[in-house]
Amino acid sequence: MIAQDLLVALQGVSSEVAERESADWPSFNCPIDSLVAVLKVLRDNHGYDMLVDATGMDNGVDASPRFTVIYHLLSTANHVYVRVAADCADSENPVAPTVSGLWPGADWHEREAYDLLGITYENHPDMRRILMWDSYPHHPLRKDFPLAGHEDDLWDEEIREETGTKVIPAPMAGGPFVSKSSNFEAQKEPRAKDESWNEKKEKPEG
Amino acid sequence: MVSSNADIGYNSKVEGGVIVSKADAVINWIRTHSLWPMPMGLACCAIELMAAGASKFDISRFGAEVMRFSPRQSDVMIVAGTVTYKMAPIVRRIYDQMAEPKWVIAMGACASSGGMYRSYATLQGVDRIVPVDVYISGCPPRPEALLDALIKLQDKVSTETSTQNLFKVKS
Ligand code: SF4
Repeated sequence: MIAQDLLVALQGVSSEVAERESADWPSFNCPIDSLVAVLKVLRDNHGYDMLVDATGMDNGVDASPRFTVIYHLLSTANHVYVRVAADCADSENPVAPTVSGLWPGADWHEREAYDLLGITYENHPDMRRILMWDSYPHHPLRKDFPLAGHEDDLWDEEIREETGTKVIPAPMAGGPFVSKSSNFEAQKEPRAKDESWNEKKEKPEG
Repeated sequence: MVSSNADIGYNSKVEGGVIVSKADAVINWIRTHSLWPMPMGLACCAIELMAAGASKFDISRFGAEVMRFSPRQSDVMIVAGTVTYKMAPIVRRIYDQMAEPKWVIAMGACASSGGMYRSYATLQGVDRIVPVDVYISGCPPRPEALLDALIKLQDKVSTETSTQNLFKVKS
């Protein structure tokens, strides 16, 4: 079993590494302090040479630990994957070590996780937002961020004054919009879940 | 020669080498048939815009084949794609850099209304940031729809009071 062998090997790095529930590939929970060491051992000693994905997860507003960072590795020689997850200690200002020293490609993945979840990566070469504009005050993939978004100012002061346009919560109008699973393409057109209200008709009480 | 253009109404037997017309008609006629687009291709709709410019649909039949990537040299901005809030001020800035007279075509559902992106990141219609002359429905609209919008815009341009606008200072 790959998972058992890996577990033994990784526990040599940190005794707290444990198996993580997984529906597909071997998966491990790892203390965040030894995350880089564990990933380095997987890369150098076990052939997991490719970082497929580096991402994060919000476990819920009240969950503790609230944020988890997740890494998917692929062995290009053996075509097998492994997943490593580590909980961030601080739920207010989650911090994780960067792995961009091991895989330069982690740079932008970590910027995305920083942008959307607000996880700060220590020693990252360029810790800026990657999708939203630099002065955006929120982290949209956090569980307490509403689907439609918040009202904010446009980032360009000149254009803001010239046009008077604002960043507005998207009009939901009975949404979210979902497509029904159906055999007919024509019926898969996304529709509002609750069609009893829209922009012109008030949302019914209760 | 009898011109098909009633505004100009040139008849060589009567006028000889001289054409008598209104300045508006001449200016509008020139503008109508040489609209240089500024391709603001932001998402999938831009592919259809490219198709409209390629040989099969041939936008040059309508005098709009000279896609300029410099706003200084273009007349009509074709916003083809999803405008995010991050991009919106840049779209406006490019619009501001275009020389008068200028027009805007909002191509596709996204540019017209935000389209299916009812999202925190997407501007809900490019008309919140620039004045739009023609909207095109569709996701994406076919190149013919873009050509149709271009003809609609030509109709609009050909009825403008251009000479008055020449000396008008925009506030
Ligand atoms: S309208 Fe459709 S095709 Fe056009 S940019 Fe939006 S999603 Fe893409």
